[in-house]
This record gives sequence, C-alpha cells and structure tokens, in this order.
Amino acid sequence: MQITVAGNRREVKEGLTVAELIALEKVETPEYVTVSVNDAFVQSGTFAQTVLLDGDTVEFLYFMGGGEKGRRIWLSQMNS
Amino acid sequence: MAFTNEQLERYSRHIILSEVGVKGQKKLMNGKVLIIGAGGLGAPCALYLAAAGVGTIGIVDADAVDLSNLQRQVIHTTADIGKAKVLSAKESMEAINPDVTVRAYREFVCAENILDLIADYDFIIDGTDNFPAKFLINDACVLAGKPFSHAGIIRFKGQLMTYVPGQGPCYRCVFGAPPPPEAVPTCKQAGVIGAMGGVIGSLQAMEAVKFLIGKGELLTGFLLTYDALNMEFRKIKLPKNPGCAVCGAHPSISAPVDYEQAGCAWK
Repeated sequence: MQITVAGNRREVKEGLTVAELIALEKVETPEYVTVSVNDAFVQSGTFAQTVLLDGDTVEFLYFMGGGEKGRRIWLSQMNS
Repeated sequence: MAFTNEQLERYSRHIILSEVGVKGQKKLMNGKVLIIGAGGLGAPCALYLAAAGVGTIGIVDADAVDLSNLQRQVIHTTADIGKAKVLSAKESMEAINPDVTVRAYREFVCAENILDLIADYDFIIDGTDNFPAKFLINDACVLAGKPFSHAGIIRFKGQLMTYVPGQGPCYRCVFGAPPPPEAVPTCKQAGVIGAMGGVIGSLQAMEAVKFLIGKGELLTGFLLTYDALNMEFRKIKLPKNPGCAVCGAHPSISAPVDYEQAGCAWK
C-alpha cells in the first residue's frame, strides 16, 4: 500500500503500524516524537496498536530547543 | 499621533506597502512585543522589530554575553562579552532606532514572574532554548490569553508555530509535556548553524509584525519546518488536541508551572 510520510510517498507493507514506521524511518528520539495521521494526533503509547491504511498521511513532529536560556533552572542561580 | 519627517523617511518602505501604510505603521508604533531570550532567535527578532519601529519592546534574559554566543547572536558584539545580554541588546536596538522604547529585564522567566512579565504586551516571542521555558511560556500565554510565536532550532533545522487565543492548537497540544532532561539534544550538545537563528528568528519577527498590523495569515494551526541542508520548508497542519492539559476541554493546568530540570547543565 502507499502512504505519505513527511510529504513523501512511500510503498509499505499492508498492516504497518505507526511503531513499525517509526523504526523504518529511523526517527530520531522515537520516544519523544509526536505523530499525526490524517491531521489527527496519535496518542503516545498507542503507536504499536495503530495500524496504517492505504492513502494515510503521516507527519512526525519533533521537539526542538534552541535560542537562549529564558528561564532559570535552579532557584539558587537567581540569588547568586 | 502625527509622523515627524524623519519618521516618514525612516518608515517609508513600510508606509508605501498597501498592507502597512500610515495606519499599519502607527499600529507598529503603538505595539508592544516581549522577547524572551536574547540569543540566537531573540537577537535577529529584536533587531527587526526595533528597526520596524515597534513602539515598546521588552527583552528578558538573565545571562551575560559569552564568546560562544557571537557565532549566531548578531545583536551582541565582541566588545559586549561579559555584559548583560539584555543591556547589550537594548544598546543595539536603540542604536538602530532611537524611536523605540526598550525595556530590559535581566531575569529568567519562571512560574512566579511570567504572568507579570507578559501582562503589558500584545505579542510574545519565545526565543528560549529549553523545554521547561517553552512550556512555561505556552501555558502562561494560554492562561493569560496572549498570542505568541514558538520556535526551536538545532543543527541545520528550525521550526516555528504561532498561537492565537481561541484559534488553533497551542504548543502543549502538540508536544504534551517536556521531555526528560538530556533526552533530546540541545544546541550546546548538537550545535546549530548560525544563520538558522537569523532565518527562524526573522520569521518570528514577521509573525509579530503581521499580528500587530492585522494583515495576512499567521502560522496558527501549522508548524513551519525548515531543513537548511535539503533547503526545504514544510507547513505541517497541526490538529487541536481536545485532551490538552492547558487549552483542552477539561484543563488540569490552571497556573504556570516550573518544571525542574535536574541535571541540566547551567553553562
């Protein structure tokens, strides 16, 4: 079957789960990725049970930090 | 408020735009934007907002300028090393445009001060580098009904989204809760290409400008991702999360929370 992953068409096996796709796509920090299928979030913890269907559109959303510290991490630093 | 001749000339390239005009420029001059973090994202954002004549710009950061900042934080110069970032930023912004009022807050945002900090501003820029701060800013803006631009950058990648109260999802809708400390690489560990802050921070400034003048489509309900190596921008639709802990149907968060980041290196 064909699905669209991050904007690219992919030929994948029938019955592929979101968890299997994450492994297949070598997703970075897979424990913390957010997944949407057809513009709906897949609840984390259900990736292994979520079976993809022909024509599905999958997006991976990643945590990204960057910029500069805007928040004190420890109370002591505020007072030092 | 009438424009002086100098202002007419300074803002002439704005005023000539049909979407801005005299009316839009006045909106910018009456606008108040708070930038949290005077770093890779905050630096270009602050420079463009000051140049644009945004009347009041607040900038929050407790750090001092470090040599390792200068590869990307273009608001600071080599002579500023050791100086408070907010003061260095204020000087650069006022040098570009003495028209603007810059308020420098030499502190880090936390649960106790965030609501007071954002209260007086029309639009907030999240230019922070860590997830506890990003969730804190999100929750405070949702609770206080303030629009804000979220962004993140790492290596050759960057992304941003805009939250407007009552429209589209918030940052927590998408990402739920901060990852454990050190679980996700930071710029310090993984590096970031200097111009990435310029690209994404400038896009954040663009969102603030569009919000203030009330023109165009904001990045509400979308995450714009940028991969510099593939030279690819993608605008990914973001669903709203009805179970979101801060903006969902039955929110469990009713006040800003400080997430402890035990083990997260200070410097």
